[in-house]
Amino acid sequence: MSTRDLARLDAGPRRAHRLVNRVLTYLFLVLVAVFFVVPVLWLLTAPFNRAPSFTVSLSQPTLQNFPDLFKNPYSASSLLNSAIYSLGSVVLVGGCAGFAAYALSRVEVPGRNLILIVLLLLSSVVTGSAAIVPLYFIAFNLHLIDTVPGVILLMSGGLLPAAIFILKDFMDGVPGSYEESARVFGANPLQILRDVVAPVVRPGLAVIAVWIFVNAWGNFLIPFVILRNPALDPASVQIFSFQTSGGQAVLRTAAAFALLYTLPAVVLYLVVQRRYGFRFYGGIKA
Amino acid sequence: MAQATSPIPETALPSAGLTANPAGLSRPGALAFITPGLILIVVFLAVPAAWTLYLGVTNYALFGPQASHPSFVGLANYAQALHDPLFLSAVVVTVAYVFGSAVVGQMVLGFALAWKLRQAPAWMRQPIETLVLFAWIIPAAVVGFLWATFYGPPPQTGTLNTVLHTQVNWLYQFPIPALIVFNIWRGTAFSMLLSGAALNTLPPSYLETARLAGASGWQQLRDVVFPSIRGTLLTNLLLITLWTFNDFTPFNLTGGAIPGATTLPIYIYHEAFEFSLFGLGSAMSTIMLLINLIIALGYLWVLRRTAR
Repeated sequence: MSTRDLARLDAGPRRAHRLVNRVLTYLFLVLVAVFFVVPVLWLLTAPFNRAPSFTVSLSQPTLQNFPDLFKNPYSASSLLNSAIYSLGSVVLVGGCAGFAAYALSRVEVPGRNLILIVLLLLSSVVTGSAAIVPLYFIAFNLHLIDTVPGVILLMSGGLLPAAIFILKDFMDGVPGSYEESARVFGANPLQILRDVVAPVVRPGLAVIAVWIFVNAWGNFLIPFVILRNPALDPASVQIFSFQTSGGQAVLRTAAAFALLYTLPAVVLYLVVQRRYGFRFYGGIKA
Repeated sequence: MAQATSPIPETALPSAGLTANPAGLSRPGALAFITPGLILIVVFLAVPAAWTLYLGVTNYALFGPQASHPSFVGLANYAQALHDPLFLSAVVVTVAYVFGSAVVGQMVLGFALAWKLRQAPAWMRQPIETLVLFAWIIPAAVVGFLWATFYGPPPQTGTLNTVLHTQVNWLYQFPIPALIVFNIWRGTAFSMLLSGAALNTLPPSYLETARLAGASGWQQLRDVVFPSIRGTLLTNLLLITLWTFNDFTPFNLTGGAIPGATTLPIYIYHEAFEFSLFGLGSAMSTIMLLINLIIALGYLWVLRRTAR
């Protein structure tokens, strides 16, 4: 037997092995796709069904659920409230994080990275539910219960560290020569940040803005705890009261509401994903 | 580095931008830039964390005599918490939830997806990535609603029971597995994104060499991939562990009304806000913070050790 024959003998099983491998990979990916699609299907059918159940079905197609939904005055107000809280958080967190990240990126502070990591850890613990009692007391003492700024401020504290952490990474990537030339022409630090650095890190700002928006848009616990006036409730709390009140008539509008409430977050994500790509730049590293 | 008057020609040294402060930002200027964010972090993040510790040793209440003069009760709240079988069962549920859904589920599925999608054709990769990300982008309240209907028990039979022709009340009969499957669905995107970003930093020549040397897929992972991206994977593990630990979303599925599905955050919410036991709730929060701290320290220790 020549070496060529040997190679061919070997190639048969190896090719078969590779084929099996590929089939298994595709099977895995298809199963994953099914797993991720199936729970969402209800959100695509129930809002358009006259008599939705908990099962995916489009037995009596209709568009009537959407106009019916707005007979409840809190449907429109809660979506508007969500927009106010989310945009407020984007402006507040984005602004504060932008300035802080720039300063931290350009001026040496001893132990800077350690401080940032500790803050990041603290925020991932405290923003959850561990500190909801003292957060509630702070809101109570600062007269922030049942107020719009209260919701925005409480959500912002927890979002800031991660926003600074990620933005600083983008700012570190801006070459100093840009700012140096701007300084030669007499620009002050504020002008440099606004006119030179901000345009360069626009993809980073976009990713951060989406991240803040989606977080604030979906936040349930903070408004749930500090708001008592239903006219101030955001969509996250409103949908929960739809859900817990039950009944067929409610299910119809609740499903339509769920879809309307989901769309802005998804659309915003898709727009930014198309324009800038929604990726981590290998940034979160130990 | 006090004042930014260094005349270093930045054009010659682009990387010097990090140290030479090309922005002309003075120390007071930098402080002014940082202050607004710092105030927010101190008031709404650092103070609450410290306050939790203080509240845990008082019988604080919002109204009544204990509101103006809360008395020091020492470790009574802690003793009460640790003798409360419902609290201990919430700890067990939470640990199982975190271990099953984050440590095993999201981590393994997220990495496997990132690894396998690299080899898949684009028409498969892009839709699957988007689907996984949707599960992460959809607001928590909607996600809770979707899964409550998905698991729907008879008489309001949900999709899962319809497909399997069963009549199981999933959230009551199998609360922990049901929550774990839900949270794997919800959070895998983050691990997939982070693993993907880490895999992209690997020089292709590493894998090429390993493949030419005849390494199987598993051998490549063990000998080339894991050692190179260990740091990122550990950071990912820590973040998803802490997030899942503090996650309030199961409340949106269960309404907080299913004992076997009551995680620590839900139990603390009940004690503090429904029974107004703020001291007890804070003592429980402190125990939760301590568990989180131990997890974070354990992570730092492993990171130090593996980084040599």
